[in-house]
Amino acid sequence: MTAFEAGAGYGGQNRGGGADVILGGGSEPLHAHADRGPASKRIIVGYGFWIFLLSDIIMFSAFFATYAVLSRETAGGPSGKDLFNLTNVAIETAFLLLSSFTCGIATIGARARQGLMYYGGMALTFVFGAGFLFIEIHEFVGMIDQGAGPTRSAFLSAFFTLVGCHGVHVTLGLLWLLTMVAQVFAKGYRADILRRVLCFGLFWHTLDIIWVAIFTVVYLLGAG
Amino acid sequence: MSQSDLETILDHGDAAPGDEPAGRHEVVEGVLGYLVGLFLAAFITVVAFFIAGTNLVWGPSIPLALVVLAIAQIGVHLVFFIHITTGADNANNVLALAFGVLIVMLIIIGSLWIMSNLSQNMTPMQMG
Repeated sequence: MTAFEAGAGYGGQNRGGGADVILGGGSEPLHAHADRGPASKRIIVGYGFWIFLLSDIIMFSAFFATYAVLSRETAGGPSGKDLFNLTNVAIETAFLLLSSFTCGIATIGARARQGLMYYGGMALTFVFGAGFLFIEIHEFVGMIDQGAGPTRSAFLSAFFTLVGCHGVHVTLGLLWLLTMVAQVFAKGYRADILRRVLCFGLFWHTLDIIWVAIFTVVYLLGAG
Repeated sequence: MSQSDLETILDHGDAAPGDEPAGRHEVVEGVLGYLVGLFLAAFITVVAFFIAGTNLVWGPSIPLALVVLAIAQIGVHLVFFIHITTGADNANNVLALAFGVLIVMLIIIGSLWIMSNLSQNMTPMQMG
Protein backbone atom coordinates (compact mmCIF):
# COMPACT_ATOMS: atom_id res chain seq x y z
CA MET A 1 0.00 0.00 0.00
CA THR A 2 1.34 3.41 -0.88
CA ALA A 3 1.24 6.36 1.44
CA PHE A 4 -1.23 8.01 -0.93
CA GLU A 5 -3.72 5.14 -0.61
CA ALA A 6 -3.42 5.10 3.14
CA GLY A 7 -4.02 8.84 3.29
CA ALA A 8 -7.02 8.62 1.00
CA GLY A 9 -8.47 5.80 3.05
CA TYR A 10 -8.07 7.72 6.27
CA GLY A 11 -9.71 10.78 4.74
CA GLY A 12 -12.65 8.73 3.56
CA GLN A 13 -13.15 7.22 7.02
CA ASN A 14 -12.72 10.53 8.71
CA ARG A 15 -15.50 12.15 6.76
CA GLY A 16 -17.72 9.54 8.26
CA GLY A 17 -20.15 9.40 5.37
CA GLY A 18 -20.95 5.89 4.23
CA ALA A 19 -21.56 7.39 0.82
CA ASP A 20 -17.94 8.53 0.46
CA VAL A 21 -16.51 5.15 1.15
CA ILE A 22 -18.90 3.13 -0.92
CA LEU A 23 -19.35 5.36 -3.92
CA GLY A 24 -15.93 6.97 -3.97
CA GLY A 25 -13.53 4.41 -2.62
CA GLY A 26 -15.29 1.08 -3.06
CA SER A 27 -12.81 -0.13 -5.63
CA GLU A 28 -9.70 0.73 -3.60
CA PRO A 29 -7.87 -2.23 -2.09
CA LEU A 30 -8.06 -0.65 1.36
CA HIS A 31 -11.84 -1.04 1.40
CA ALA A 32 -12.08 -4.41 -0.26
CA HIS A 33 -12.71 -6.14 3.07
CA ALA A 34 -15.67 -3.93 3.97
CA ASP A 35 -18.70 -4.08 1.75
CA ARG A 36 -20.56 -1.36 3.62
CA GLY A 37 -18.12 1.05 5.25
CA PRO A 38 -18.82 2.98 8.43
CA ALA A 39 -22.35 3.90 9.44
CA SER A 40 -23.75 7.18 8.21
CA LYS A 41 -23.51 10.32 10.29
CA ARG A 42 -27.26 10.23 10.93
CA ILE A 43 -26.89 6.90 12.74
CA ILE A 44 -23.73 7.89 14.61
CA VAL A 45 -25.18 11.23 15.74
CA GLY A 46 -28.53 9.70 16.66
CA TYR A 47 -26.88 6.88 18.60
CA GLY A 48 -24.56 9.25 20.45
CA PHE A 49 -27.49 11.44 21.42
CA TRP A 50 -29.42 8.36 22.53
CA ILE A 51 -26.50 7.52 24.88
CA PHE A 52 -26.63 11.08 26.24
CA LEU A 53 -30.38 10.83 26.82
CA LEU A 54 -29.97 7.54 28.68
CA SER A 55 -27.36 9.16 30.94
CA ASP A 56 -29.79 12.04 31.48
CA ILE A 57 -32.42 9.48 32.50
CA ILE A 58 -29.88 7.97 34.93
CA MET A 59 -29.41 11.44 36.46
CA PHE A 60 -33.18 11.71 36.85
CA SER A 61 -33.26 8.26 38.46
CA ALA A 62 -31.04 9.62 41.25
CA PHE A 63 -33.55 12.44 41.82
CA PHE A 64 -36.40 9.91 41.75
CA ALA A 65 -34.60 7.76 44.32
CA THR A 66 -34.05 10.84 46.52
CA TYR A 67 -37.70 11.79 46.23
CA ALA A 68 -38.90 8.26 46.99
CA VAL A 69 -36.76 8.13 50.13
CA LEU A 70 -37.81 11.60 51.35
CA SER A 71 -41.44 11.76 50.20
CA ARG A 72 -42.85 11.11 53.70
CA GLU A 73 -40.41 13.41 55.54
CA THR A 74 -42.69 16.45 55.69
CA ALA A 75 -41.30 17.82 58.99
CA GLY A 76 -44.82 18.64 60.16
CA GLY A 77 -45.45 20.65 57.00
CA PRO A 78 -47.90 20.02 54.15
CA SER A 79 -47.81 16.67 52.34
CA GLY A 80 -48.48 15.95 48.70
CA LYS A 81 -52.11 15.22 49.51
CA ASP A 82 -52.53 18.82 50.79
CA LEU A 83 -50.66 20.47 47.91
CA PHE A 84 -51.25 18.62 44.65
CA ASN A 85 -54.05 19.60 42.30
CA LEU A 86 -54.64 16.60 40.05
CA THR A 87 -56.75 18.60 37.58
CA ASN A 88 -53.73 20.80 36.82
CA VAL A 89 -51.53 17.73 36.55
CA ALA A 90 -53.99 16.14 34.09
CA ILE A 91 -53.89 19.28 31.93
CA GLU A 92 -50.07 19.35 32.08
CA THR A 93 -49.97 15.68 31.10
CA ALA A 94 -52.34 16.25 28.17
CA PHE A 95 -50.26 19.22 26.96
CA LEU A 96 -47.01 17.27 27.07
CA LEU A 97 -48.50 14.19 25.39
CA LEU A 98 -50.00 16.30 22.60
CA SER A 99 -46.69 18.15 22.18
CA SER A 100 -44.91 14.80 21.83
CA PHE A 101 -47.38 13.89 19.07
CA THR A 102 -47.00 17.20 17.22
CA CYS A 103 -43.21 16.92 17.57
CA GLY A 104 -43.43 13.56 15.79
CA ILE A 105 -45.50 15.18 13.03
CA ALA A 106 -42.84 17.89 12.70
CA THR A 107 -40.11 15.23 12.44
CA ILE A 108 -41.99 13.51 9.61
CA GLY A 109 -42.54 16.90 7.95
CA ALA A 110 -38.82 17.68 8.12
CA ARG A 111 -37.81 14.41 6.46
CA ALA A 112 -40.51 14.79 3.80
CA ARG A 113 -39.63 18.50 3.36
CA GLN A 114 -43.25 19.50 3.96
CA GLY A 115 -43.08 23.03 5.30
CA LEU A 116 -46.63 23.06 6.64
CA MET A 117 -46.11 19.83 8.60
CA TYR A 118 -42.71 20.89 9.93
CA TYR A 119 -43.45 24.50 10.90
CA GLY A 120 -47.03 23.72 11.98
CA GLY A 121 -45.90 20.76 14.06
CA MET A 122 -43.11 22.76 15.69
CA ALA A 123 -45.45 25.70 16.39
CA LEU A 124 -48.00 23.44 18.10
CA THR A 125 -45.21 21.71 20.03
CA PHE A 126 -44.05 25.10 21.27
CA VAL A 127 -47.58 26.16 22.27
CA PHE A 128 -48.24 22.94 24.22
CA GLY A 129 -44.78 22.99 25.80
CA ALA A 130 -45.11 26.63 26.83
CA GLY A 131 -48.61 25.89 28.22
CA PHE A 132 -47.16 23.05 30.28
CA LEU A 133 -44.43 25.32 31.61
CA PHE A 134 -46.93 28.08 32.43
CA ILE A 135 -49.07 25.74 34.55
CA GLU A 136 -46.00 24.31 36.27
CA ILE A 137 -44.56 27.73 37.19
CA HIS A 138 -48.02 28.80 38.37
CA GLU A 139 -48.12 25.71 40.61
CA PHE A 140 -44.63 26.37 42.00
CA VAL A 141 -45.39 30.04 42.74
CA GLY A 142 -48.65 29.08 44.46
CA MET A 143 -46.87 26.53 46.66
CA ILE A 144 -44.12 28.97 47.63
CA ASP A 145 -46.75 31.63 48.40
CA GLN A 146 -48.46 29.36 50.92
CA GLY A 147 -45.17 28.63 52.67
CA ALA A 148 -44.54 25.29 50.95
CA GLY A 149 -41.30 26.25 49.22
CA PRO A 150 -38.25 24.01 48.80
CA THR A 151 -36.87 25.04 52.21
CA ARG A 152 -39.96 23.88 54.15
CA SER A 153 -39.18 20.16 54.40
CA ALA A 154 -37.06 17.38 52.94
CA PHE A 155 -40.11 16.23 50.98
CA LEU A 156 -40.49 19.66 49.35
CA SER A 157 -36.74 19.97 48.66
CA ALA A 158 -36.84 16.66 46.81
CA PHE A 159 -40.08 17.63 45.04
CA PHE A 160 -38.76 20.94 43.72
CA THR A 161 -35.45 19.37 42.67
CA LEU A 162 -37.06 16.54 40.72
CA VAL A 163 -39.98 18.38 39.10
CA GLY A 164 -37.96 21.60 38.69
CA CYS A 165 -35.18 19.72 36.90
CA HIS A 166 -37.75 18.39 34.45
CA GLY A 167 -39.09 21.94 34.04
CA VAL A 168 -35.59 23.22 33.25
CA HIS A 169 -35.29 20.52 30.60
CA VAL A 170 -38.60 21.63 29.06
CA THR A 171 -37.39 25.25 29.05
CA LEU A 172 -34.15 24.32 27.30
CA GLY A 173 -36.16 22.15 24.89
CA LEU A 174 -38.32 25.13 23.95
CA LEU A 175 -35.23 27.25 23.23
CA TRP A 176 -33.81 24.39 21.15
CA LEU A 177 -37.15 24.12 19.30
CA LEU A 178 -37.01 27.80 18.31
CA THR A 179 -33.39 27.34 17.20
CA MET A 180 -34.35 24.41 14.96
CA VAL A 181 -37.21 26.36 13.39
CA ALA A 182 -34.83 29.23 12.66
CA GLN A 183 -32.13 26.91 11.27
CA VAL A 184 -34.47 25.10 8.90
CA PHE A 185 -35.90 28.46 7.84
CA ALA A 186 -32.44 29.95 7.20
CA LYS A 187 -30.54 26.91 5.87
CA GLY A 188 -33.20 24.59 4.49
CA TYR A 189 -33.62 20.83 4.96
CA ARG A 190 -29.90 20.08 4.85
CA ALA A 191 -28.67 16.71 6.10
CA ASP A 192 -26.82 18.26 9.05
CA ILE A 193 -29.88 20.31 10.04
CA LEU A 194 -32.09 17.21 9.76
CA ARG A 195 -29.74 15.38 12.15
CA ARG A 196 -30.30 18.15 14.68
CA VAL A 197 -34.06 17.87 14.16
CA LEU A 198 -33.75 14.12 14.82
CA CYS A 199 -31.89 14.81 18.08
CA PHE A 200 -34.41 17.44 19.14
CA GLY A 201 -37.26 14.99 18.54
CA LEU A 202 -35.51 12.34 20.65
CA PHE A 203 -34.96 14.90 23.43
CA TRP A 204 -38.59 16.01 23.44
CA HIS A 205 -39.98 12.45 23.45
CA THR A 206 -37.64 11.58 26.32
CA LEU A 207 -38.94 14.55 28.35
CA ASP A 208 -42.44 13.11 27.95
CA ILE A 209 -41.23 9.70 29.15
CA ILE A 210 -39.73 11.31 32.25
CA TRP A 211 -43.00 13.17 32.83
CA VAL A 212 -44.89 9.83 32.79
CA ALA A 213 -42.71 8.71 35.67
CA ILE A 214 -43.17 12.06 37.47
CA PHE A 215 -46.96 12.21 37.25
CA THR A 216 -47.17 8.60 38.43
CA VAL A 217 -44.61 8.60 41.23
CA VAL A 218 -44.96 12.18 42.48
CA TYR A 219 -48.53 13.23 41.80
CA LEU A 220 -50.75 10.13 41.54
CA LEU A 221 -48.98 8.15 44.27
CA GLY A 222 -48.46 11.31 46.35
CA ALA A 223 -52.05 12.51 46.23
CA GLY A 224 -53.59 9.08 46.82
CA MET B 1 -31.70 12.63 -4.21
CA SER B 2 -30.60 14.39 -1.06
CA GLN B 3 -27.79 13.31 1.21
CA SER B 4 -30.10 12.12 3.98
CA ASP B 5 -32.07 9.92 1.56
CA LEU B 6 -28.80 8.46 0.38
CA GLU B 7 -27.73 7.83 3.97
CA THR B 8 -30.97 5.98 4.65
CA ILE B 9 -30.53 3.70 1.65
CA LEU B 10 -26.89 2.96 2.41
CA ASP B 11 -27.58 2.10 6.05
CA HIS B 12 -29.05 -1.32 5.60
CA GLY B 13 -27.30 -2.40 8.80
CA ASP B 14 -28.64 -0.08 11.49
CA ALA B 15 -31.32 2.48 12.22
CA ALA B 16 -30.80 5.71 14.13
CA PRO B 17 -32.89 5.93 17.29
CA GLY B 18 -35.96 8.01 16.53
CA ASP B 19 -35.94 7.03 12.86
CA GLU B 20 -38.53 4.64 11.58
CA PRO B 21 -37.27 1.39 10.04
CA ALA B 22 -35.73 1.78 6.60
CA GLY B 23 -38.27 1.76 3.79
CA ARG B 24 -41.02 3.18 5.98
CA HIS B 25 -40.81 6.85 5.20
CA GLU B 26 -44.31 7.31 3.83
CA VAL B 27 -45.83 10.41 5.39
CA VAL B 28 -49.29 8.91 5.91
CA GLU B 29 -47.89 5.74 7.45
CA GLY B 30 -45.68 7.78 9.77
CA VAL B 31 -48.53 9.99 10.97
CA LEU B 32 -50.72 6.92 11.55
CA GLY B 33 -47.97 5.41 13.73
CA TYR B 34 -47.84 8.54 15.90
CA LEU B 35 -51.67 8.63 16.06
CA VAL B 36 -51.77 5.04 17.35
CA GLY B 37 -49.14 5.94 19.95
CA LEU B 38 -51.06 9.06 20.97
CA PHE B 39 -54.31 7.14 21.49
CA LEU B 40 -52.65 4.29 23.41
CA ALA B 41 -50.73 6.70 25.65
CA ALA B 42 -53.81 8.86 26.23
CA PHE B 43 -55.88 5.77 27.10
CA ILE B 44 -53.31 4.53 29.63
CA THR B 45 -53.04 8.04 31.13
CA VAL B 46 -56.82 8.29 31.56
CA VAL B 47 -56.92 4.87 33.20
CA ALA B 48 -54.08 5.86 35.57
CA PHE B 49 -55.78 9.11 36.64
CA PHE B 50 -59.09 7.23 37.06
CA ILE B 51 -57.55 4.47 39.18
CA ALA B 52 -55.72 6.98 41.40
CA GLY B 53 -58.99 8.56 42.54
CA THR B 54 -61.42 5.66 42.60
CA ASN B 55 -62.86 3.43 45.29
CA LEU B 56 -63.76 0.73 42.78
CA VAL B 57 -60.34 -0.90 43.09
CA TRP B 58 -58.96 -2.55 46.22
CA GLY B 59 -56.97 0.28 47.83
CA PRO B 60 -53.62 -1.38 48.52
CA SER B 61 -53.39 -2.55 44.90
CA ILE B 62 -53.53 0.99 43.51
CA PRO B 63 -49.81 1.90 43.83
CA LEU B 64 -48.76 -1.30 42.08
CA ALA B 65 -51.36 -0.75 39.35
CA LEU B 66 -50.11 2.80 38.79
CA VAL B 67 -46.50 1.66 38.48
CA VAL B 68 -47.49 -1.05 36.00
CA LEU B 69 -49.48 1.45 33.94
CA ALA B 70 -46.54 3.89 33.92
CA ILE B 71 -44.18 1.18 32.67
CA ALA B 72 -46.72 0.25 29.98
CA GLN B 73 -47.01 3.88 28.90
CA ILE B 74 -43.23 4.31 28.76
CA GLY B 75 -43.18 1.24 26.54
CA VAL B 76 -45.77 2.81 24.24
CA HIS B 77 -43.69 5.99 24.02
CA LEU B 78 -40.52 4.03 23.25
CA VAL B 79 -42.16 1.97 20.51
CA PHE B 80 -44.42 4.51 18.79
CA PHE B 81 -42.54 7.79 19.36
CA ILE B 82 -38.87 6.81 19.57
CA HIS B 83 -39.37 3.80 17.25
CA ILE B 84 -37.39 1.29 19.28
CA THR B 85 -38.08 -2.10 17.71
CA THR B 86 -36.86 -5.66 18.14
CA GLY B 87 -35.42 -5.65 14.63
CA ALA B 88 -31.77 -6.35 13.88
CA ASP B 89 -31.24 -2.72 12.86
CA ASN B 90 -32.17 -1.65 16.42
CA ALA B 91 -29.91 -4.05 18.34
CA ASN B 92 -27.48 -1.29 19.37
CA ASN B 93 -30.29 1.02 20.50
CA VAL B 94 -31.98 -1.73 22.53
CA LEU B 95 -28.72 -2.76 24.19
CA ALA B 96 -27.96 0.84 25.22
CA LEU B 97 -31.52 1.15 26.54
CA ALA B 98 -31.21 -2.13 28.46
CA PHE B 99 -28.00 -0.96 30.11
CA GLY B 100 -29.64 2.36 31.01
CA VAL B 101 -32.61 0.55 32.56
CA LEU B 102 -30.23 -1.66 34.55
CA ILE B 103 -28.46 1.36 36.05
CA VAL B 104 -31.76 3.12 36.77
CA MET B 105 -33.07 0.03 38.58
CA LEU B 106 -29.85 -0.32 40.60
CA ILE B 107 -30.02 3.34 41.69
CA ILE B 108 -33.73 3.39 42.58
CA ILE B 109 -34.18 -0.07 44.13
CA GLY B 110 -30.77 0.08 45.80
CA SER B 111 -31.47 3.49 47.37
CA LEU B 112 -34.91 2.47 48.64
CA TRP B 113 -33.59 -0.80 50.02
CA ILE B 114 -30.63 0.71 51.86
CA MET B 115 -32.53 3.71 53.20
CA SER B 116 -35.46 1.64 54.50
CA ASN B 117 -32.98 -0.67 56.17
CA LEU B 118 -31.22 2.29 57.80
CA SER B 119 -34.45 3.84 59.05
CA GLN B 120 -35.54 0.51 60.57
CA ASN B 121 -32.33 0.46 62.57
CA MET B 122 -32.81 4.02 63.84
CA THR B 123 -33.87 4.54 67.42
CA PRO B 124 -37.30 6.24 67.48
CA MET B 125 -36.93 10.03 67.37
CA GLN B 126 -38.57 12.19 70.00
CA MET B 127 -40.57 14.91 68.29
CA GLY B 128 -40.09 18.45 69.62
